[in-house]
Amino acid sequence: MSSLGFECVNVLYGNREAVYALDEQVKPGEWLCLIGPNGAGKSSVLRAVAGLVKYRGIITIDGTPIDMRSPKRRAAMVAYVPQSPLMPDDMTGAEYVLLGRNPYVGYFGSETKHDRALVEDVLERLDLGEFGTRRLGTLSGGERQRLVIARAIAQESPILLLDEPTSALDIGHQQQALELVDRLRREHGLTVVSAMHDLTLAGLYADRLSLLHQGHVVASGSAAHVLRPDILSEFYGVSVSVHHQDDGTVVVVPKRGRG
Amino acid sequence: MFARRRLNRWWIVAAVVLLAAAVVLGAMVGPAGGISAANWDIIWNIRLPRVVLAGVVGAMLSLAGAGYQGVFRNPLVDPYLLGAAAGAGLGATLVFAYGRTATSGWPVDPLPLAAFVGALAAVLVTYLVGASFGGSGLSLVLAGVAVAALGTALQQYLLLRHSDVIKEVYSWISGRVSTATWDDVKLVSPYVLLATVVLLLHRRQLDVLRVGDEEAMTLGSEVRRIRLVVVIAATLGTAAVVSVSGLIGFVGIMVPHLVRLVAGSSYRVVLPLSILVGASFLILADIPGRMIEHGGETPIGVVTALVGAPMFIFVLRSRRVPA
Repeated sequence: MSSLGFECVNVLYGNREAVYALDEQVKPGEWLCLIGPNGAGKSSVLRAVAGLVKYRGIITIDGTPIDMRSPKRRAAMVAYVPQSPLMPDDMTGAEYVLLGRNPYVGYFGSETKHDRALVEDVLERLDLGEFGTRRLGTLSGGERQRLVIARAIAQESPILLLDEPTSALDIGHQQQALELVDRLRREHGLTVVSAMHDLTLAGLYADRLSLLHQGHVVASGSAAHVLRPDILSEFYGVSVSVHHQDDGTVVVVPKRGRG
Repeated sequence: MFARRRLNRWWIVAAVVLLAAAVVLGAMVGPAGGISAANWDIIWNIRLPRVVLAGVVGAMLSLAGAGYQGVFRNPLVDPYLLGAAAGAGLGATLVFAYGRTATSGWPVDPLPLAAFVGALAAVLVTYLVGASFGGSGLSLVLAGVAVAALGTALQQYLLLRHSDVIKEVYSWISGRVSTATWDDVKLVSPYVLLATVVLLLHRRQLDVLRVGDEEAMTLGSEVRRIRLVVVIAATLGTAAVVSVSGLIGFVGIMVPHLVRLVAGSSYRVVLPLSILVGASFLILADIPGRMIEHGGETPIGVVTALVGAPMFIFVLRSRRVPA
């Protein structure tokens, strides 16, 4: 299990700053969900950890700054599931998941028996065995999404970043994908950071929510603490009603305008 | 489960048989008749060098095309993408326009050297320009378009000023292996060998790049370095073969595609098979040109497109696989 720390992190796109002075500690095994309106900086935070954008400040894994690591060592620590992954139609499911082993293969080397056995095992455990030999182009959105998660699991990284993992899925597949992440998190002790739009789902699965607005964290804490009508109205500009179920679930329902 | 990623032995066998058949046919066919003791000189000194050179050129252009397609993730890319063809053409035109009489006493022919240097220089300029605005795959491609346009414009200006060499230059551009000697083969072999080894060593890296630059980076790939090394190797090989054979088009796009359609898209399959199929294709494409003997041979570059384009369309139609 690994912790993920942010110390005064500013994420830059050219000269524009997308995230300001982010201070955050994600505990080992914790699931932190970043919420906030479009353009608030959720994806930028994830992309900074994945090494895809420049940032100022310090991002640490278990106390060590991540830019001290080579790309391969970083990939062995952080797996990233992008919002819209590029999946070659002609690749099979097993080939695709095998790409997750890239951090462990030498530059001119090729995957070992262990790598292939591990991939078969991951596919088996995620109930994806039948997709191993199928081409990605023939699979549905939900099946493809599960294969992307399988690839991240094959990467054996203690930290998992999910950028809008459910945005392309129907409600059944949303639940299926998040249940899968939650199960894997418990089994492997993964530390998860996700960016999500669906507030109810975010509150349902994450241990903690951080609400970003124009690059600043404006609220952080449990679902009950962050998902409040006054906060959501201030930063999303929406009018919602929030219901608390007996099991602790917080349900956010939009209200129709009165005009 | 991982079968498609591996190279099926039967595809290799089929491709080797095809290559062997192409070599035999290439040695047999010509105006002087088939294989016989009386023809041995012709076969050894005229036909075989041209068969071997056609094979080397076809293999290199196909492999380089596959490598370029891999690092730019674009199936419409050929080895001339970053300006190699325009640079080689400009170099050759300079020699034809200014150097032919001045260099006639030189021990080495400056033509291949000029084409080689021109191709490498053009790609170098493309890389420097592309790197100055980002260095992503797209910025390199755009820089390549600009550099190629510039090279072609300079070449056309030279040709207009020296219209007496238009026919020679045009014949060079259309590509030919008809004047091949064993010396030509020796000249290009070291570059082709080096490029081939480097490109084949990157076959797994090219498979990782298939998910895009960003995802490949998050999987631990050093995308820019891989792209640079593959482009250097593919350009070196391309410049070497272009310097002796001229600008033979279409092979570098068509052969890797043909292989993908038939045997699968993993670069562990595409790269080795492109070598064998590319060599066979160009050896076979060189044969019809010898038979049509009206006022000189038909340039091989014309034959590759004339034969290759319909064949390619046929395969595309029969497989119906989305590109």
